[in-house]
Amino acid sequence: MITYLIRRLAYALPILLGVNLLTFALFFGVSSPDDMARLHLGGKRITAEAVERWKVQHGYDLPHFYNPAGEGVAKVTQTLFVQKSLKLFALDFGAADDGRDIGREIGKRMWPSLVVALPTFVLGLGAYLAIALFLVFFRNTAIDTVGVILLVALMSISGLFYVIGGQVLLAKWWQWVPISGYAPGLSGLHFLVLPVLIGMVSGIGDSTRFYRALFLEEAGHDYVRTAHAKGLSPFRVLFRHILGNAAIPILTGVVVVIPRLFLGSLILESFFGIPGLGSYTIDAIQAQDFAIVRAMVFLGSLLYILGLTLTDLSYAWVDPRVRLQ
Amino acid sequence: MMGIQPTLLISDAVLFLLLAGVGVYVWRSRRSESARATWRRVFAARMGRWSAWVMAFFVSVGVFDSLHFRVAVETPAGQAQQYSGEVLSVLDTVLTPLRTASEKTYSAPLATTLLVKESVTLADGTVARLAPAIAHVHPLGTDKVGQDVLYLALKSVRTGLLIGTLTTLVMLPLACALGIAAGYWGGRVDDAIQYLYTTLNSIPGVLLIAAAVLVVDVQIDAHGEWFNSAAARADLRLLALCAILGLTGWTGLARLLRAETLKLRELDYIQAARAFGVSHGRILARHVLPNVAHLVIITVVLDFSGLVLAEAVLSYVGAGVDPATPSFGNMINAARLELAREPVVWWPLATAFAFLFTLVLAANLFADAVRAAFDPRGAG
Repeated sequence: MITYLIRRLAYALPILLGVNLLTFALFFGVSSPDDMARLHLGGKRITAEAVERWKVQHGYDLPHFYNPAGEGVAKVTQTLFVQKSLKLFALDFGAADDGRDIGREIGKRMWPSLVVALPTFVLGLGAYLAIALFLVFFRNTAIDTVGVILLVALMSISGLFYVIGGQVLLAKWWQWVPISGYAPGLSGLHFLVLPVLIGMVSGIGDSTRFYRALFLEEAGHDYVRTAHAKGLSPFRVLFRHILGNAAIPILTGVVVVIPRLFLGSLILESFFGIPGLGSYTIDAIQAQDFAIVRAMVFLGSLLYILGLTLTDLSYAWVDPRVRLQ
Repeated sequence: MMGIQPTLLISDAVLFLLLAGVGVYVWRSRRSESARATWRRVFAARMGRWSAWVMAFFVSVGVFDSLHFRVAVETPAGQAQQYSGEVLSVLDTVLTPLRTASEKTYSAPLATTLLVKESVTLADGTVARLAPAIAHVHPLGTDKVGQDVLYLALKSVRTGLLIGTLTTLVMLPLACALGIAAGYWGGRVDDAIQYLYTTLNSIPGVLLIAAAVLVVDVQIDAHGEWFNSAAARADLRLLALCAILGLTGWTGLARLLRAETLKLRELDYIQAARAFGVSHGRILARHVLPNVAHLVIITVVLDFSGLVLAEAVLSYVGAGVDPATPSFGNMINAARLELAREPVVWWPLATAFAFLFTLVLAANLFADAVRAAFDPRGAG
């Protein structure tokens, strides 16, 4: 187990380094700090001094990889690559363009994201699996056919429409829930209903179809026929045999996203005014704040790799044949 | 008779190149009995046939909207003929009544008056509050600046189609080359390619795309000399978006191709070809590529609808097409606040919804028919 985790870490490092190099190349190679400064200062006629001043203020006045002005180690450390990119490994995200510390903001904003994303994820998964099992139970009947057609139709609707439609219908016309907003703790519970519901509904089409296909593949196996033949009830076959054996492919897709729940959903959070990491990211993209985008890219990869590791652990948990070493 | 000057935007050129490629594929597969039989299965399914018709309609709208030209403007005699800076398309010409019939502001579908009342001085000198009559009838109403909504929706079709298809053009060579190479050679090559796509995959998709679009925006802003008109600039951004989506989206197909090639490599006929001393290039071209082609076709068709939907979300996030390019994402973005108005302005959003839904639904159904015909194993 320990050896497995160490191996996993050794595997994660080159990937994170790759992500780091890629974002560095994107933000400092393809576009230069000068371009960035000009973009933020706006307009075409900007003096070279203004550009320099902006770069010094935001710490972009360093050379890329090698600083001849520094002494000793500082020749390497006083560079953009180390200051802006490698420091991410220490989870030191630096300051945003407005001067606020990105790490502190992330620590503060990940909880609202989680409060919305976690119930969406859990309730959604339960609903998708239940509907998929229901359709598989009625396979080769009109119920299944109609269900699949409905799912394809639901898949074909842009996520934006679910949000807009939900807000107009449930919040504006029927006034069941507030249209947007957020409050921490139990008092904010009514704010969560709509985003969670919409988050769930917008995933129904894709996910349920995927799970249905998975269950159908499982239902075609011989052991299922045997189970039916020996007189087990259809429910028992469905829940014990099919669901149990489909656990591994389900976990493959599900566990990997769990750590990323912290990042929240871009669209839901910005539409519902939830002060989480999703809306933080959207604001950063719209304000062209490269420091925040860089930090979020790195954090996203980190959480993804964590998710891959958790997936392997979950295999060992559900399937006694899997041994991690 | 006014002269016109045909204008070829880069995206037009790429689109026609792509159509030519599809033409070559159709021509070649006509000669192959098995390919003909497979495609017959696609169109024999009722869903496949209907969705193909709907798609054909959207594609022809997109193609007519890609035949661009500029109209000649009056030039003093003796000078070289000058052309208008505005780039029009054949679709624009067909839709001239809709395109030019603009109102002052919102009007409901088929309405005869504008939505909001104004103070109007009547002939007898009295002032009355009434909604001014509009000049033209608009089947789906007009938007805030008085543009015809049906016209906007039809213009958005091209953007959606381009994003759904040009992205594939960028993605396919990458996915095929890297995926097949990883599966065929294995070892170090496989390690390197797997590292590459795991790294790319580990970055949240929207973030990577947004980051790349931000950087490209900076470049386009800094290089005004790359384009000579607003249309060319918007076109460049659209192409950049397709390139970015393609460069970040090849990993899924590459992974599929790698796994399939890994299986094929061990099969007897490829082992036999190796033993006979057939070169790697020839084995890949003659024996491997044709046997993974069904995966490529299925993926291309399946990805299309996802890409069209992605455009809407990316435009909302601020990392989509140019705000001036007619697109479903931009339409939704502009329309979503209008529902809060009183009286409610629902038609721009409803139109965008209806068009986008029809396009994506047809694409999804067509993809299902293609998958069912090409991959007998794929249930669902």
